[in-house]
Amino acid sequence: MSRATKFAGRDPGPSARVAGFMAHLRENGLRLGVAEAEVAMAALAEVEAIHPEESRRALRAVCTGCKEEAERFEDLFDSYWMDMGRVKQKVVPNHTSATNDNVHSSRDAKGEDANASGSATAPDDGDGEADSDATGKLIATKQQNLAQRDLRELVRPEEIALAEDVARRIGAALRDKRSRRRVAAKKGDSVHFRKTIRQSLSTGGEPLRLLRKQRPDRTRKIVAICDVSGSMSVYSRVFLAFLAGLMRVDTAADAYLFHTRLVRITEALRDKDGMRAIGRLSLMADGFGGGSKIGPSLMRFSETYAKRFVDGRSVVLILSDGFDTEPPEMIAEALQKLKKRGCKVVWLNPLKGWADYTPVADGMAAALPYLDAFKAANTLADLVALEKELATL
Amino acid sequence: MTWTDLKTALEGEGYVASDDLSVALQLALSLGRPLLLEGAAGVGKTEIARALAQVQDTRLIRLQCYEGLDAAQALYEWNYQRQLLTIRAAAEDGETGKAVEDRIFSRDFLLERPLLAAITQDVAPVLLIDEIDRADEEFEAYLLEILSDFQVSIPELGTITAVTRPIVILTSNGTRDLSDALRRRCLYTYVEYPDRATELKILKARCPDVEAHLADQIVGFVQKLRKEDLEKTPGVAEMLDFAAALMGLGIADLTADPAVLQSTLTTLLKTQSDQAQVTSEVASRIAGKAA
Repeated sequence: MSRATKFAGRDPGPSARVAGFMAHLRENGLRLGVAEAEVAMAALAEVEAIHPEESRRALRAVCTGCKEEAERFEDLFDSYWMDMGRVKQKVVPNHTSATNDNVHSSRDAKGEDANASGSATAPDDGDGEADSDATGKLIATKQQNLAQRDLRELVRPEEIALAEDVARRIGAALRDKRSRRRVAAKKGDSVHFRKTIRQSLSTGGEPLRLLRKQRPDRTRKIVAICDVSGSMSVYSRVFLAFLAGLMRVDTAADAYLFHTRLVRITEALRDKDGMRAIGRLSLMADGFGGGSKIGPSLMRFSETYAKRFVDGRSVVLILSDGFDTEPPEMIAEALQKLKKRGCKVVWLNPLKGWADYTPVADGMAAALPYLDAFKAANTLADLVALEKELATL
Repeated sequence: MTWTDLKTALEGEGYVASDDLSVALQLALSLGRPLLLEGAAGVGKTEIARALAQVQDTRLIRLQCYEGLDAAQALYEWNYQRQLLTIRAAAEDGETGKAVEDRIFSRDFLLERPLLAAITQDVAPVLLIDEIDRADEEFEAYLLEILSDFQVSIPELGTITAVTRPIVILTSNGTRDLSDALRRRCLYTYVEYPDRATELKILKARCPDVEAHLADQIVGFVQKLRKEDLEKTPGVAEMLDFAAALMGLGIADLTADPAVLQSTLTTLLKTQSDQAQVTSEVASRIAGKAA
């Protein structure tokens, strides 16, 4: 009856189980240190830990740090504590010895190892590959693994280094815009006399504080949306390396993946270790290499994330071939919506590099009127060539 | 106090909290950790601090963050005007040197700003750090230091250590990503828009006079409206305004008069395109479905 996991008889006790759970979360990319494990224990002591729902709420408050994590937490909690009464042989995974005291390195790059991560990739409805998940978890998991491709196979470390370089230059080309006027600033390069004198009135004419002014950076923010559907798989390597590079050099940049749905990958790509970032990405991008729904994905972007992250100073880079399984009007509508936020939209299409390419794909044709630039991009070299053109946007 | 008690107590103050939020608040109280609340504008993040302060029967100290917020506005500042006056007065009296200096750098001349005020209270207050995402990253780092040590060093005075530990609640609207370090120090809850039953409870708690039938319609209408494709989704506060507007106009049924319904929508729709989108027909259709 009970859905709760049964633990083996030789299991060392509740604190070890909690430690095992923390290790399980860490393996799945949540950033938790030793201190959090302590707080988790303290939190469980504060609630009626015997009720799964209360424990779930308490642990969620302690262990998660943003909305995305809170959403994933549900599955991770279920897979560890609510495993349909199956007996868990070892509460602490074997390779915890690899866990470091340094929080930032405690994330495990082997995100996809069979150990305990089975339902981190819990099948979600809407994805083509996962439609038989009702028949049983094990089967569903197996199918997922078949469908899932490891992005690390696609990206090599040296490429990340190269991509970082490219991304740095493109980022700089897009970003370096400085205002001509000076405005008051805390750490300005010159004294703001007018303001200083006005302020000195309140201290009897003695300018106690020198206020400063400076030419502010009017930086452009880069938002990259990358298509990882089947038709793009040849080019994904280049683009993912580029995204990883971009995120590592530009702290304001924002990145998304889509195939049949949209996933925000900004957090994952911020990982200090480039390869590990890609490892975490693989976990998030289940269904990678499947069909593509460009219209709905872009629509979802402009309806949700764009409201928060896109403004008049943003440049939205869309990396896609424009082959969509949905009606092209959706792309047009989504882009129109996006443009209303005042951003620049640049579409990089790998097919455009072909000798006599014309944008005949319906989706691409529908998108054209809304683009500020429509460029080819097959290789990193092509991206390098974009630098100058993007600077003039 | 268990979380269910806390939930009931909050309800007594007119705040209907979800179970998730109640557990998180309870943990924040018992573990002494700051609680970070994220969620769309208008889901009641700020209000929770007010309700909690009332439940705990303590002061609410609020620090509204904004771009360029610095230590002088968040922590303390010397009262320069008073210091100058004192110096001039002292000069006329012939008093000089060390005595004056000691006097003008004493607690009397210190202007307490929210963070300093929060750690010098006799009874632990609720410290609300509102919209932390609007403050600069430097300030965030500075805040971390205060939240972990609960002490402030003032060069001229020495270190002021917290008398009591305030209950800290941070809110964020997600206009920028917060640092990992800050997230790690805090408990976290994402506050969603309330579901229909909860929102009905909120309405009943805040406007007890509204009739059951109308309350049902109002909540149903707002919940349906949130599913529409709007630029600015109406929050709970807007829903309460809407109810108040309907009550003020003496309307007993939403579907009765489309024109009046349309005119009260100004309380819910806050951009021009949203108002253009929800025409009188759309509004009556939603109202009809909600009924």
